[in-house]
Parts: sequence; C-alpha cells; structure tokens
Amino acid sequence: MTAVPADAAPVIDVLAAGKAYPNGTHALDPVTLTVRQREFVTLLGPSGCGKSTLLKMMAGLLAPSCGSVRTAAVRSGFVFQDATLMPWATVRANVRLPLDLAGHERIAADQRVDQALDAVGLPGTAGQRPRELSGGMRMRASLARALVNEPELMLMDEPFGALDEITRNRLDADLIRLWEERHLTVVFVTHSIYEAAFLSTRVLVMSARPGRIASELVIDEPQPRSESFRGSTRFAYHCRQLSALLADAEAAGAA
Amino acid sequence: MSNSVKVSDIAAPLAVGVAVLLLWQVLITVLDVPVYLVPSPLRVAQALVEDRELLAASLWVTLKVTLAAFALAVLLGTAAAFLFVQSRWIERALFPYAVLLQVTPIVAIAPLIIIWVKDMQAALVLCATIVAIFPVISNTTLGLRSVDPGLADLFRLHHATRWQTLVRLRIPGALPYFFGGLRIASGLALIGAVVAEFVAGTGCNGAGLAYQILIAGFQLNVPRLFAALFLIAVAGVALFLVMAGLSRLALRGWHESELGG
Ligand SMILES: Nc1ncnc2c1ncn2[C@@H]1O[C@H](COP(=O)(O)OP(=O)(O)OP(=O)(O)O)[C@@H](O)[C@H]1O
Ligand SMILES: [Mg+2]
Repeated sequence: MTAVPADAAPVIDVLAAGKAYPNGTHALDPVTLTVRQREFVTLLGPSGCGKSTLLKMMAGLLAPSCGSVRTAAVRSGFVFQDATLMPWATVRANVRLPLDLAGHERIAADQRVDQALDAVGLPGTAGQRPRELSGGMRMRASLARALVNEPELMLMDEPFGALDEITRNRLDADLIRLWEERHLTVVFVTHSIYEAAFLSTRVLVMSARPGRIASELVIDEPQPRSESFRGSTRFAYHCRQLSALLADAEAAGAA
Repeated sequence: MSNSVKVSDIAAPLAVGVAVLLLWQVLITVLDVPVYLVPSPLRVAQALVEDRELLAASLWVTLKVTLAAFALAVLLGTAAAFLFVQSRWIERALFPYAVLLQVTPIVAIAPLIIIWVKDMQAALVLCATIVAIFPVISNTTLGLRSVDPGLADLFRLHHATRWQTLVRLRIPGALPYFFGGLRIASGLALIGAVVAEFVAGTGCNGAGLAYQILIAGFQLNVPRLFAALFLIAVAGVALFLVMAGLSRLALRGWHESELGG
C-alpha cells in the first residue's frame, strides 16, 4: 500500500481548533486538519509546541478554546508518554482495564488480553506486576492495553520517547506491523525526525510560540516498511526534508 | 525483595535493650538507689510477675478502649475522607473543624466529655477516638486525591463511571497513605485511652493501666508503676507492628515502601 486516497473516510476533523489554558498560556493557534482512515499521521515538533495539547483535544480529554474537533471513531486507544500502568495491578489486569470498564465478561476478556499480549510480543507476562518489567516491556504492555478493545483509531503521545534507540526501533517496527495488520488509523506524536520518517504516511511539522502546523510532508513509500528502509537513500532523503522543514518552522517562529 | 526479617533487624535493637537494662541494674545496685525512687529492672520484673493478674486485667481494660477507639477512628475518619473528596466545597467547609479537633488538647475537653457521656467506657472511647482520628482523615483524603493524572485521563477516555474510578483507581492508590495514617492512629489511640483514663481517674467498672499508675504513685509502689508503664509501651509497640504487618500484606509487590530491604 502507498498513499491513502484523498477520499478515504475522515476519522478526525479538526476545524480551526485552538487552545489557551486557563492560566493564560496560549498553547495552540487555531489549526485545521483531517485525518483519514488508514492514515499514519505524525505530529513532529519541538518541545512545548502543543503536540500533546492537540492530541488530547483529538482524544476528547481536553476541550478546545475555539473551533471544534470531531471524531468518527467508535473505539480509540491512547498511549501515553510513559506507560501509565496501575502499579498495584498485574499486567493482565492492566491490559484488561478497557474491557473491564466497558463491562465485558471476564473469561472472554482474558482471552483477548492474551491475544493482545502476544501481538505486542509480551507472552507469558500476564501475572507480573509492572515494576517487574523493563521500560520497553512496560511500554509494550501499555500498547497491548490500547489495542485490547480493537480500536480503529490509535492516539500515541511520544510513546517510545523514553526508550533507548535499539528498543525504540524494534517497537516502531512492531507498531508499523500492527498498523498494517489491524487496519488502524494512527496519530503519532514524536520529536524524532527518524521515527517520523520511518513510520508515517504524512507528517505535520509544528512550530512553537504560538503552537501551529507549519508545513506538511507526505511520505509516499511502499508498506510494510522493513528495517532495510532505514538504510535506504529514500529514507535519508525524507529525513533531510523533515529536518529542513523543522528549521524553516523554527525560523518563522522566531521572526 | 525478602519476606524474612534480617537477623540484624532484631539483634541490634535487642542488644541495645539488654545493654541498657544491664547498665540500669548495675547503677541501681552500685549507687544503692532506694526502690521508691527508681526500681531496678529485676524489681520491675518481679512486680510484673507478682501483680500479673491485676496488671493483665488492667491491660485488657486499656486495650479494649484503645481498640474500640482505633476502630471508630478508622471508620469515621475514612468516611470523612470519602466525604471530603466528593467536592472541594465540602472539604473547605469541614476540614477546619477536623483541624480544630486535632489541635484541641484532649486533657482540656476530656472532663466535659466525661460529664456529658453517662457511660464511662463510652466516654473514654470517645476521647481516644478524637485523639486518633485526624491522621486517618488527612492521610486518606490526601491519598484519595493523589491520583496519577495519566491514569485519570485513561479512565476518562474509557468513560469510567464515578464508582469505577473510585474502586479501581482512587482506593487502590490511596492505600499507601491510608496505612501510613493507621500506623500513626494506632499509637495515638493508645495515648488517647491512657490520657482519658488519667482524667477520669476512676476505677469504676474495671481499672485501666493509667489508673494503676495513679494508684501506684499515691502508694509509692514504684515497681508496679514501672511495670504498668512497661505494659503500655509493649502494647504500643505491638500495635505498631500489627499495623506495619497489615501494610506490608496489602502493599507487598507494588509499593516502594514495602519493597527491597
Ligand atoms: N495544563 C496546562 N496548563 C497550562 N499550560 C499548559 C498545560 N499543559 C501544557 N501547557 C503549556 O502549553 C504549551 C504546549 O504544551 P504541550 O504539552 O502540548 O507541548 P508538547 O508539544 O507536547 O511538548 P513536549 O514535546 O515537551 O511534550 C506549553 O507551553 C505548556 O507549558
Ligand atoms: Mg507532550
């Protein structure tokens, strides 16, 4: 698969939505964007440019101060910057939480938990507590929790930002496989150019003060992308382009 | 993580205790201190054995008041905490009164309570409850409020009901704070019971350890006074250990305070 057709059904519609926090911080200028089915959209930008703010508005966790955000997805999963697991609960109970909250039956839910743990490469850890896992394993558990109710839409806020590069690359590869297999629509936040270039079908480059979307880059490369893509000249080309767009955005912001 | 207590954890304080007792015994013997001033450890032990029936009965009386007050403080304190976290408005309106309860010296209000409450036992329990309740209220309130914001977002994202959020997120998260409150409250309940007994100063239906201390003081029966004191201390330590054990049982495997060692 290559680029998403322009007439694919919209999953998220952001219409001139901006955010000023109650303390007066002007976090985000009004932005307009549409995320369509099967897209992998990445928000790329420096720290403090409002990436998390925009993502939280898409999730419905934060009300925009102006404009509107419409989400068509019935089920969505959210992955936070840190694993955000309940320390008192086992991995199984953590991953099962979305099903528990929706009132699913226990036995069927446990089966789906096992499937989700297998899918993210964490089989056999269901009985452990989060603190018995490594940072990468915790992130995988968090990913399994987001996948367990079979969402159409995944919102991910720098999910692998705290991990070492080796683990991050591995998780990125797993994520792109899951995106392909499960026909997900993903909105992904990162400040890594390489991650954005490797994963995305489209990158939105953001600039800070005030936060806004400065430019957009479509990465029209065949899927699924394998590790060899990282070594290709095409990959290097996209990285250079993103790097230039980021520099432009920053220059425009400073001016 | 180890469940067994290390030998040095017991041996070190034990060695200090034995050394102090030995020194005490030697000093009393060498300096020839009269027994009505300071009794030797051996004389205290002798009093413990000779008056064991009297002292055991008194210990039981004091313990009953302590345990009843502790249970009441936990029950009412937790209920108050749940009430407070329902809204900031309720907390702001009522919390100052909880503080008022905390800062008022119990010896000052105990006489009133003893006059107002006909049943002496109930009056003593009430006094001890007032002394013990504050740490339960403040710790549990703090715990119920200290929710990981990420987890709170997650629950909101999945449209969790208020009840689900309370049972699955707030209560488990509050447990470490709650048990911290229990440890303090258990000791305070004992102190409250003893102080209330002192103020009441009666041996009506069963005399507690505080009453034995008062009487022993009047009679200059100092070894018995020390023996009663010793029992109060032992009861306090035992209560603390039980609370620490409960806390370990509940938090084992996930909370920082009960890991490693
Ligand atoms: N709850 C809040 N109250 C007030 N200001 C906030 C709040 N959350 C974020 N901000 C401000 O809004 C701006 C954007 O924050 P946001 O968290 O969206 O940035 P970000 O792009 O996600 O940064 P990072 O990459 O560091 O996570 C920042 O200037 C921040 O200080
Ligand atoms: Mg952020």
